[in-house]
Amino acid sequence: MSVAEAFRPRQRGRVRAVLLELLRRPRAAFGLAVIALMVVCAVFAPWIMPHDPFAQSFDGLDLMGGPLPPGGAYPLGTDLLGRDLASRLILGTRTSLIIGVVANGTAVILGAGVGIAAGYFGGWTAAILMRFTDLMMAFPALLLAIVLAAIFQPSLMIVALVIAMVNWVQMSRVIYTETRSLAEREFIQVQRAIGSSPLRILGKHILPHLLSSIIVFGTLGISTTVLLEATLSFLGVGVQPPMPSWGNIIFENQTYFSTAPWLVFFPGLLIVLLALAFNLVGDALRDVLDPTLKGRHG
Amino acid sequence: MTRDNDSGRGDDARPVLSVRDLTVQVATGAGGKTVLDHLSFDLHRGETVALAGESGSGKSMTALAIMGLLPRPMARITEGTIRLGDRNIAGLSDRAYRAIRARRISMIFQEPMTSLNPLMTVERQLCEVLLEHDMCTRDAAPARALKLLRDLRLTDPERRLKQYPHELSGGMRQRVMIAIALACEPEILIADEPTTALDVTVQAEILDLIRLLQKERGTAVLMITHDMGVVAEMADRAIVMRAGQPVEASSVERLFSAPSSEYAKGLLAAVPRLGAAPPRPPRSPGQKVVEVSDLSVRFDVKGGILNRPVARLHAVEGVSFDIRVGETLALVGESGSGKSTIGKALLGLVPWEGAVRIDGRHTKGLSRRSMRPVLRDIQMVFQDPGASLDSRMTVGEQVVEPLRVHGLASGSELTDRAEFLFRRVGLSADMLGRFPHEFSGGQRQRVCIARALSLSPKVIVADESVSALDVSVQAQVLDLLQELQDEDGLSYLFITHDMAVVDQVADRIMVMRLGQVMEEGPRDAVLRDPRHPYTRRLLAAVPVPDPTRLRQPQPPAPESQSPMLPLGAVFPRVRLEQVSGEHRVAVA
Repeated sequence: MSVAEAFRPRQRGRVRAVLLELLRRPRAAFGLAVIALMVVCAVFAPWIMPHDPFAQSFDGLDLMGGPLPPGGAYPLGTDLLGRDLASRLILGTRTSLIIGVVANGTAVILGAGVGIAAGYFGGWTAAILMRFTDLMMAFPALLLAIVLAAIFQPSLMIVALVIAMVNWVQMSRVIYTETRSLAEREFIQVQRAIGSSPLRILGKHILPHLLSSIIVFGTLGISTTVLLEATLSFLGVGVQPPMPSWGNIIFENQTYFSTAPWLVFFPGLLIVLLALAFNLVGDALRDVLDPTLKGRHG
Repeated sequence: MTRDNDSGRGDDARPVLSVRDLTVQVATGAGGKTVLDHLSFDLHRGETVALAGESGSGKSMTALAIMGLLPRPMARITEGTIRLGDRNIAGLSDRAYRAIRARRISMIFQEPMTSLNPLMTVERQLCEVLLEHDMCTRDAAPARALKLLRDLRLTDPERRLKQYPHELSGGMRQRVMIAIALACEPEILIADEPTTALDVTVQAEILDLIRLLQKERGTAVLMITHDMGVVAEMADRAIVMRAGQPVEASSVERLFSAPSSEYAKGLLAAVPRLGAAPPRPPRSPGQKVVEVSDLSVRFDVKGGILNRPVARLHAVEGVSFDIRVGETLALVGESGSGKSTIGKALLGLVPWEGAVRIDGRHTKGLSRRSMRPVLRDIQMVFQDPGASLDSRMTVGEQVVEPLRVHGLASGSELTDRAEFLFRRVGLSADMLGRFPHEFSGGQRQRVCIARALSLSPKVIVADESVSALDVSVQAQVLDLLQELQDEDGLSYLFITHDMAVVDQVADRIMVMRLGQVMEEGPRDAVLRDPRHPYTRRLLAAVPVPDPTRLRQPQPPAPESQSPMLPLGAVFPRVRLEQVSGEHRVAVA
């Protein structure tokens, strides 16, 4: 290996190397597989669904007019209107993934951005940004979401943005504190002594050290966002019926939990699985990206 | 002589602590790693045994093993016995140990601030220990605590009892720690680098105190230290350790006069000794690269509801000096003397007043952007090489980062420069792709020096750059700095608290105290003929690595004036009076 290769950051092929490293870890590989499967479901939903998710059929109800349990023509059973649960869950993957990724992604970027800026520049910047986050925190998140969703016409993207709006605050608080202590560290002082620009210091020296917190918060946020979407849907300001999402399937059916448990169990299981998958990948990603942990498997 | 071998030793020949074949292993990914290998020693009443060694020698592990404080489950005693009196205490349960700690063996640590509870007054912390171990009744505890502080020669002990740790100075905190450790009158005191974090004059006071208390109470002391000066001064016997193994065990007199092992010989040779440095080669008076006149750095302390300035901290007050090409100016002083602040002011890292010229360019009022070209001429090497490197970036990237920032090189040129710089500081070029944690402390400091050199500066501010390193590594890094100066005509502003190091490197010396210069002049004038009482006290406090030359106990330092003044108050300045030639000394 030549010296040039030795220390030039492996920009190209870096993503590939990280991915390969992730696949070498069984838990992360499992997480990636689950995520990949869900993405496939979301993209190819129309071709995978065994039934029409919107069709209310008498075939899907028993003689008393109740929902069918799993088995037979409806692998995961049917809901109160006789719609196929499996098909609704598959289509619901779209909503939940979009909410999870878009809403959470926006929240992470916004929260981290605000936190880093306030933490590094301090002074007035920090005063204004942090008072604003305090203000956001003071509002009950749900109320804020309802108000925002009521102002804008509810659509998938609006719901995602609303959720992002209420979720970035905690993130920015955590990142703010961490950035403040990082900015005091000696290696950041060194950068100032070298004459690096603030942008370079933030991007090259502060952000990499915040990655682990961002990843942990980001992956934890997936499940909360999916559930928040469900709450909003339940209150009628989220994803509008008949469009299915995992959350609104649970909420539609929670009162029938004792008679038709599968209607709550399967969507719940999927939410847990999605959150778990992101958590596993997030944990592994944090370890892979930290050079001081190189070669250690968790 | 304070080192009394006859005090309480003859009547009782049995050791209070007897360690045999103590072996400690630490679990790692690749199985057990032996960090302490068959260590044996005895500790008698009234005696001081020193465990000396560089970092990683296993000396602190020994202390933790004896105290039953090894981090479980990672570390454990795999072999050997620790006999306290008649009882083997190796591997006792935590519950059983509780009756031993503080009662029979106590320990004091390096950093008194972190070892004290910041939310409790000194009185409560002392009473807690006394009551926990049933040393007295609840009513009698405060009086007992007061007596302890008196014994520890704390000034104004009644007031100290009501104070919180942050209100005390470092030396006072360490006295309180010792008071807590001795509260239950233990037979054995383990002191783990008790003075390493303290200023040299305070260190001298604490060492004197430990010796005095030991004589009064007959406590056996196990002194753990990296400082051979402390060993020579305090110990009766010493065990030199290296990588977990005892290398040499003998009386201190024997160790210093005729060390038997190669390692101990090397270690002793590397210890910088005050007054032993060869004369500096005379330098032709070159051009001035740094000119500082009337430099002041003041920080406003904000408080109150409106967060308005309420007081002013005078960190540096009216300091003037020049540095010539190829010259080393040493700034010495204790913590809080403003020496590091001067270094930072030169690089524009703190707001300052006065006039600074770097290579002829005025830097007053320059924005960060316009300061950039100046930074090509002056760079800084910080104290802790581990903390001043970014752990997530390869060292190669970091070494050439200044070139990138200043747009001086790109592409394959960067690689060439990185290789060149690495060779320049004595590192192999194939280490460029590694991350900082893969290097030792000395190597990391070399990386930091390489980074500072990358812009080919004319001046390097070395802020305690060798203080965090082991003595043998310290000697190598000092040699490297000297070599760079000889070859490239670099100038250094060498900031340090270590008088022996100053003796080795400095052409001229400035002694600082409370932001002002107390004495300045050529090295030999200041060190061999000190005129200011403060300089004299600093020099007298340095532990001498020679057991036959005992330092005289020092009277405690007069309480120093606070550098914090109300807004608008004028800081009382000293005036420098010429002694001879360039040698000047402060008069109030």
